[in-house]
Amino acid sequence: MSDVLVVSEHRRGELRDVSYEAITAGRELADARDGDLHVAVVGGDVDRFAEDLNRQGVDAVHAVSNGEEFDHNVYQSAVGALLEGTGAEAVVIPNSVNGLDYAPAVAEAHGYPLVTDAIGFEYDDGLTVTREMYGSKVETTVDVTGDQFVLTVRGGEWAPAEGVGDATVEPVEVDHPESGARVTGFEEVGGGDVDIADADVLVSVGRGIEEEENLELVEDLADALGATLSASRPIVDNGWLPKNRQVGQSGKVVTPDVYIAIGISGAVQHVAGMKGSDTIVAVNTDPNAPIFDIADYGIVGDLFDVVPELIDEFA
Amino acid sequence: MKVLVTVKEVAEPDDDFAVEGTDIAASDLEYDLNEWDDYAVEAAVQLAEAGIADEVVAVTIGPERAEETVRMALAKGADRAVRVWDEAFEAGFADVAAKVTAFEAVVETEDPDLVLGGVQAADTGFGATGVALAERIGFEHAAVVNDLEVDDDAGVAHVHRELEGGVEELTDVDLPAVLTVQTGLNEPRYASLRGIRQAQRKEIDAKDLSALGLSVEDVESSLAITSMYEPESESDAEIIEGDAGETASRLAEVLREKGVGA
Repeated sequence: MSDVLVVSEHRRGELRDVSYEAITAGRELADARDGDLHVAVVGGDVDRFAEDLNRQGVDAVHAVSNGEEFDHNVYQSAVGALLEGTGAEAVVIPNSVNGLDYAPAVAEAHGYPLVTDAIGFEYDDGLTVTREMYGSKVETTVDVTGDQFVLTVRGGEWAPAEGVGDATVEPVEVDHPESGARVTGFEEVGGGDVDIADADVLVSVGRGIEEEENLELVEDLADALGATLSASRPIVDNGWLPKNRQVGQSGKVVTPDVYIAIGISGAVQHVAGMKGSDTIVAVNTDPNAPIFDIADYGIVGDLFDVVPELIDEFA
Repeated sequence: MKVLVTVKEVAEPDDDFAVEGTDIAASDLEYDLNEWDDYAVEAAVQLAEAGIADEVVAVTIGPERAEETVRMALAKGADRAVRVWDEAFEAGFADVAAKVTAFEAVVETEDPDLVLGGVQAADTGFGATGVALAERIGFEHAAVVNDLEVDDDAGVAHVHRELEGGVEELTDVDLPAVLTVQTGLNEPRYASLRGIRQAQRKEIDAKDLSALGLSVEDVESSLAITSMYEPESESDAEIIEGDAGETASRLAEVLREKGVGA
């Protein structure tokens, strides 16, 4: 028997959804290991958070009252104290920007193997994790030696834990080193004249457009269709379009009636931002591009051939 | 100050590829400098150009083939490079701790004030080495940095961390530190012809484990890849067949049905 510790995530007063998904993953692990499920919440309004995290299957919620927002030093110290206090030897952490700011340090500090970005797992004699490689083109199974580990889980892969549990809520305060990384504030980015989240029809452009000069082509298409222009990350990284046009995990989440992906391969971070669209159309040269997995209509072809023809259709 | 940049040569599969055993067939892979590391190299070179960094050293874990990629970092302005490789790494799938052990040994020799690396490698996508390294060597750290200003006198890096959903966290990180760099931090330069020529004369110091004072047991991996496969397509897309004109015409019909362009 061996317990499992799930560390929840919150930001600016709200628990993030992946916290409940991590609880589901943690419960599966705890069942396989015949152990209890501990859930930690660190900082902020821990009493309110602890109440929300008390879902079916949770045996104990540890409300660590240090600090307000995310601080990796506090999280590391809290996890260390809870591993010692609970005897848990498996840690589940959301595979988020903040999760990846402390999970590797936790694994390193405790000498635990680390597997990140899990999309599934099996637990028999030991842990076998399913995760992607090569930009989502393949999946792999990874065997972990031993029964101690840190696992980070991708958002949206497990159903969120529901119901109300009968967990004990334990207030905790931990000692932690003075932080050498101090959060001084937050900034919203991507504001400006256009809100792509309001658009009914989006023409969205990706790496396949190749050159900044070629953007005119998709601008013309957007004009012809009466659509708004959006983009995947590389276009914004290159400075070809402003941040407020970016669809995806670090940009905007959009749910238009029609989303037309032009030269977008459909990396998981992009798909997270547009999979809720009613109708998805994709034009891409690569028939194996993951965008076709979520598309309703696909054209396997060169955007430089197809898009001019499509503009003509609406001219 | 001295800046160490971790770089990785990553493999990218061709559009058509076959899986052989637990990896993609070598003939279906092409190699390049990891995109995220390209931004880290650029950040380091900019620190040198601003007079903040005295020396930029690139470090990689990779076989001899990776020297071509390391030369790209040198051509873009890194002063010299260290390449770690050993038969021990060829045997299996190195876990994060094994990589950190190799980098730790290089850090001990080089004694940098700042370590920069990409958020993740495009092929394995673990996104963990930088933060684990910071823990091992006792440096501060920040993951997923998309804005960086180094105040050498104050011993602080002012960074933005790119959180999900268009929110950035503003953080002051004490030096020495490890920062993992997100794409979009800067505009990575192309290597100039002059840079490429100069890179030929720059040193790439190849070290095996024993040269680092390490043994095979020190880099033993806790992970093993046991299978690799192409995920089953969940696609129920209608793939529109035909030449460009035919496909555009059918797509136009679909879009009009949805009320687009009306």
